[in-house]
Amino acid sequence: MITKVIFSGFGGQGVLMMGTSLAHSAMNQGFHVTYLPAYGAEMRGGTANCTVAVADEEIASPVASEPDYLIVMNSPSLFSFQTKVSARGTIFLNSSIISERPSRRDVAVYAVPCGEIAQDLGNTRVANVIMMGAFIKKSGIVKADTYLKSLETIMGSRKKGVAEINRKAFAAGFDFIKD
Amino acid sequence: MNKFLMSGNFIIGEAAIRAGCRFYAGYPITPQNELTEYMAEHMRRAEGGVFLQSESEVAAINMIAGASAAGARVMTSSSSPGISLKQEGISSMAACELPGVIVNIMRGGPGLGNIRPSQGDYFQATRGGGHGDYRTMVFAPATCQELADLTMDAFDYADKYRTPVMILADGMMGQMMEPVIFKKPKPRQYPEKFMLRGAGDGKSKFIRGLLLDPIDSEEHNWKLARKYEVIVENETRHEEHLCDDADLAIVAYGTAARIAKGAIKRLQDSGMKVGLFRPITLWPFPEMKLRALSEKVKRFLVFEMSTGQMLDDVRLALQGYAQIDFHGRPGGAVPTPAELANVVARVYSKKAQTVY
Repeated sequence: MITKVIFSGFGGQGVLMMGTSLAHSAMNQGFHVTYLPAYGAEMRGGTANCTVAVADEEIASPVASEPDYLIVMNSPSLFSFQTKVSARGTIFLNSSIISERPSRRDVAVYAVPCGEIAQDLGNTRVANVIMMGAFIKKSGIVKADTYLKSLETIMGSRKKGVAEINRKAFAAGFDFIKD
Repeated sequence: MNKFLMSGNFIIGEAAIRAGCRFYAGYPITPQNELTEYMAEHMRRAEGGVFLQSESEVAAINMIAGASAAGARVMTSSSSPGISLKQEGISSMAACELPGVIVNIMRGGPGLGNIRPSQGDYFQATRGGGHGDYRTMVFAPATCQELADLTMDAFDYADKYRTPVMILADGMMGQMMEPVIFKKPKPRQYPEKFMLRGAGDGKSKFIRGLLLDPIDSEEHNWKLARKYEVIVENETRHEEHLCDDADLAIVAYGTAARIAKGAIKRLQDSGMKVGLFRPITLWPFPEMKLRALSEKVKRFLVFEMSTGQMLDDVRLALQGYAQIDFHGRPGGAVPTPAELANVVARVYSKKAQTVY
């Protein structure tokens, strides 16, 4: 079993952090994992994306020809990557700022209003963690508590408030997806 | 065992410090900046550790040459254009038989090229690179775990053969994160007699690469050549993956080998018997191992992120014993496993030519 995920959005939306946190938690749950960021002369407001592969066997290529999941936080990312997603794959999109919908009919689409939910929580910066909550609920790649523990490790446990708002944000995204 | 999720560049830095590297000099260049950054932050953990951001790549290589002469374990790192600048110093270290590790996180070339992963520096790395009759050992890791292990080993080989050793990876290896476990480094074995630390009351020692007498110089060149022969004889490393009943073997190293493994999985799923021969040491090239494989496998496809450099070594190794095809993506282009699988499938289904 191997699952490949592409995260994409504006620089500054925490897209690379979404990938890092998934990679960390998958490692902590005993999976093989690779994390590959798109690097380059980027800036805040530019584009950012990363590919995470999670498997129960050695991962050959960290590059995804056909990702199983695509998580897009802005419109340009949706246009860039939607054609790559494998048939019967899944696209999660941040519907707060993406008004378009994928043109493909062979993929499942989840529109998560990350921006609005974040605003309700009082911190727009946690939009990415809200999306992670939705993604992990649906994909079930890692357990929710493993993810939260890894997230806390990455963010550093010094700031109690950060951990608290992230937990809330994750739960909000998690609960947004109905079974 | 403690498992860490770290990027390739960080892993090289951590492995070097654990292996006892105590002098690092470097100059920033993408995509290896995180390695310099890591050394800047962590070298101070090591007792007597020196991190130095030099004024140029040329300065960095000469600084490590000096520190190596004084007996320190040394490393410098750069990416393709920066490595070109270091060549004079690498040649000098080879001449003076100074151990040291040079990391090249390759990017697209020639010239300034771009900052995407590439494998265009194979010739430069395996043919010596600088002027004169010399070679450098070259390791080509393909996983983050190998980056850690081979970085540590590189220091040991540099000491054992008193020669500069190169880690040849690319932007993807440098940026990618994978779980890694750091092995316990071996204690250093490098005799004090090779270090310049003041003669005291003893005989004065010197290290030099300038040998004006051609007879002395010829003798020195043959001495180096004999050393390189021993390395060729004893130190080749490679991996064979699904080669036992393969009809075709892909020959690829580093990131290209990762992509090849992904392609092989797809090809095997559709019933094609395709394996992988992956050189881990590029110099010495595992020539005899590849030739031995040609007794079983008659068709090879060399895949490189270049226009075909290792291809020459594969031709030399196979010398007409097998059919060789090539697929390359130079200049920073990184193909997907699906693309490579399509290319291999085309070659695979072509009628095999008679090989004389």
